[in-house]
Amino acid sequence: MKNDIILRVIAKLTIPFMLVFALYVQFHGDFGPGGGFQAGVIAAAALVFYAVIFGLAAGERLVPGWIVEKMLAAGVLLYAGVGVAGMALGGNYLDYFVLAHDPVHGQHRGIFWVEAGVGLTVAGVMLKIFYLFAGRGRVDEEHET
Amino acid sequence: MLEQLPALQVVLPLLAAPLIVLVGRGGFGWAAATAVSWACLAVAIGLALRVAEVGVISYALGSWPPPWGIEYRVDALSAFVLVLVSLVAAIAAPYARRSVAAEIERDRHYLFYAMYCLCLAGLLGMVITGDAFNLFVFLEISSLATYVLIALGPQRKALVASFQYLLLGTVGATFYVIGVGLLYLKTGTLNLADMAERLRAVEELRPVLAALAFITVGLGLKLALFPLHAWLPNAYAYSPSMVSAFVAATGTKVSIYALLRYYFTVFDPAPLFETLPTRELFIALSVAAMVIASLVAVFERDVKRLFAYSSVAQVGYITLGLGVDNLDSLTGSIVHLLNHGVTKGAIFLLLGGVALKSGAVSMSIGSLSGLGRRMPLTAFGLVIAGLSLIGIPGTAGFITKWYLIVGAIEFGLWWLVAVIVATSLIAVAYVWRVVEAAYLGEGGEAPAKTGEAPLGMLVPALAMTALCVYFGFDTSFSVGGAREAAELLLRGTR
Amino acid sequence: MTEVAAHYSYWITIFLMVAGMYILIARGNLMKKLIGLATLQTSVYLLYIAPGKLIGGTAPIYAEGFTTYSNPLPHVLILTAIVVGVATLALGLAIVVRIREAYGSIEEDEILERDRAAD
Repeated sequence: MKNDIILRVIAKLTIPFMLVFALYVQFHGDFGPGGGFQAGVIAAAALVFYAVIFGLAAGERLVPGWIVEKMLAAGVLLYAGVGVAGMALGGNYLDYFVLAHDPVHGQHRGIFWVEAGVGLTVAGVMLKIFYLFAGRGRVDEEHET
Repeated sequence: MLEQLPALQVVLPLLAAPLIVLVGRGGFGWAAATAVSWACLAVAIGLALRVAEVGVISYALGSWPPPWGIEYRVDALSAFVLVLVSLVAAIAAPYARRSVAAEIERDRHYLFYAMYCLCLAGLLGMVITGDAFNLFVFLEISSLATYVLIALGPQRKALVASFQYLLLGTVGATFYVIGVGLLYLKTGTLNLADMAERLRAVEELRPVLAALAFITVGLGLKLALFPLHAWLPNAYAYSPSMVSAFVAATGTKVSIYALLRYYFTVFDPAPLFETLPTRELFIALSVAAMVIASLVAVFERDVKRLFAYSSVAQVGYITLGLGVDNLDSLTGSIVHLLNHGVTKGAIFLLLGGVALKSGAVSMSIGSLSGLGRRMPLTAFGLVIAGLSLIGIPGTAGFITKWYLIVGAIEFGLWWLVAVIVATSLIAVAYVWRVVEAAYLGEGGEAPAKTGEAPLGMLVPALAMTALCVYFGFDTSFSVGGAREAAELLLRGTR
Repeated sequence: MTEVAAHYSYWITIFLMVAGMYILIARGNLMKKLIGLATLQTSVYLLYIAPGKLIGGTAPIYAEGFTTYSNPLPHVLILTAIVVGVATLALGLAIVVRIREAYGSIEEDEILERDRAAD
């Protein structure tokens, strides 16, 4: 599909906006619809769009498979880490109240990091699923399962 | 630190899983999984000791007080099941090293151990949580991890078995969610203890009964209550050996715990058992499970499927205790969670050793031929565990049958006593098939390697077998804990 | 009669639930079974969310002049349930791909036949 000029141009124009939109949705979860899961899916969709237009190999050059797997795990560890931080600072598990100088800011901070972890993991998972499914049974010379 | 124990019970395996994926090496994966399993056992024992002092431990997740926040609630029943699950995990995890190395490709080992940690976290979370929807989340975490673990089996039939389990298990979980949704609509809360209180005040009973029906069917699918057991034989037979042992010993037991929790703590037992034919339903289904599954096991060729059908029958014993519904039979039910877990776990661990040595992917009765000569310790272990399945005095199985029979006699259900004894005799039939092949067989098919299973596998398997005998003699923990749990459940509104 | 019509969300829920279960049971193609499963799960989402909207309630974000807010809890629960559904679907699809590679077919009866023939 990368030989089709219309698709290529549109892809290159819209992918940056999709990624920015993903970041917007990520950080506006407490004020409107949004949050980690939705943002992760939008970001992954942008990268999948790139891989569909320019080829799986190009997509994997951009975001290699091993990075995606580490992203997955790092996001979960971030989430669990926020919980453990709550325990270390004297509260219960996933206690946001103790994370900052006053409870309200603690809630802000806790939710921010937790959603960041969720977004990271979900983007990683969606990308990994795409790589696994798209990479099976292909006859590309550059890519073998 | 001690107040954080309830959270640590779930957090430790939950942290281990992504860590194993990050490091990405099988050896580290096994070490982390084993360390976490042992740590979970220590935490579970700590919680059990604490519950013995204080009665109920309530832990508010995120420091949001219940009923607004999610609460982790440990009482006598939860502590009992926590110790069961972590005990099986602590024995199965060291076993996994050689077993997984033989059955699964090298570059997938770390994924296997990560899934195992997630499954453990899900099972422990299901037991410890006091929130209805949180229970669903942990149920699905453990179920999804189980589907993956089963699909990693050596044959291609494992994929079909895993897919079948996925379909049925997800339907079960969905039904459970529908039930919880109806209860939430009626009571406005998801906290189990709060829900129990508010349900007493509800007048319009139809949604509550509908919720009860959905939750029963949903959890019934998960615990393989006859006739919802169709996924179990294939899932246990075709999965890797360690997974068969772990899931057989813990998966259905935790769903039974959830059922007990709903029937006795959340719903009002008095109207439930008096006005609805709950007793009759459970007794009928349990008897059907016990008789039919045992009979199918007698004629089954594949050894692991034989013992899988035996599991369906044994789950029938547990739900029988629930159906008869007095202190002794309920004690028998709860103690059978532990006794059957240990017995079935031992059998599948021993069979895993046989599979490793024989090198074959599927085991028929014929491949056990001459086992008594080739692997004497393993064969002896199978005999002991088989005796526990039958319920010979001196083994754990006998303790269960004793309490079930006493409970049945208390209500004058003499025909039920006859059924329990008859099904034990059928169990003799299928255990005898295995023992006969092992000791009286001619050793027809020559195995790939001779000698006992490696020590790393033999020691955990024999340890689990020793527990079968131990819990047959020293019942202070098993029956003591079960009796306390049964009393707690029946205290509800009687 | 108007009461029955007013509960239209429940009727749709029931329709989706039963349709999903029927597809799951009646169709032999593994992909179609997964689609039935997804439909069943979707009906549950509707079951939770529809009663969450209170008549006259506004979005559950604190604002001046409003006293009735819609219940945000069902939305949170269903977000979780949707993620679980996505994970289940992804896993199911992965297993179907592997089954296709191992058996050469994704029709249930053909797979059972091949298993029986191999025994």
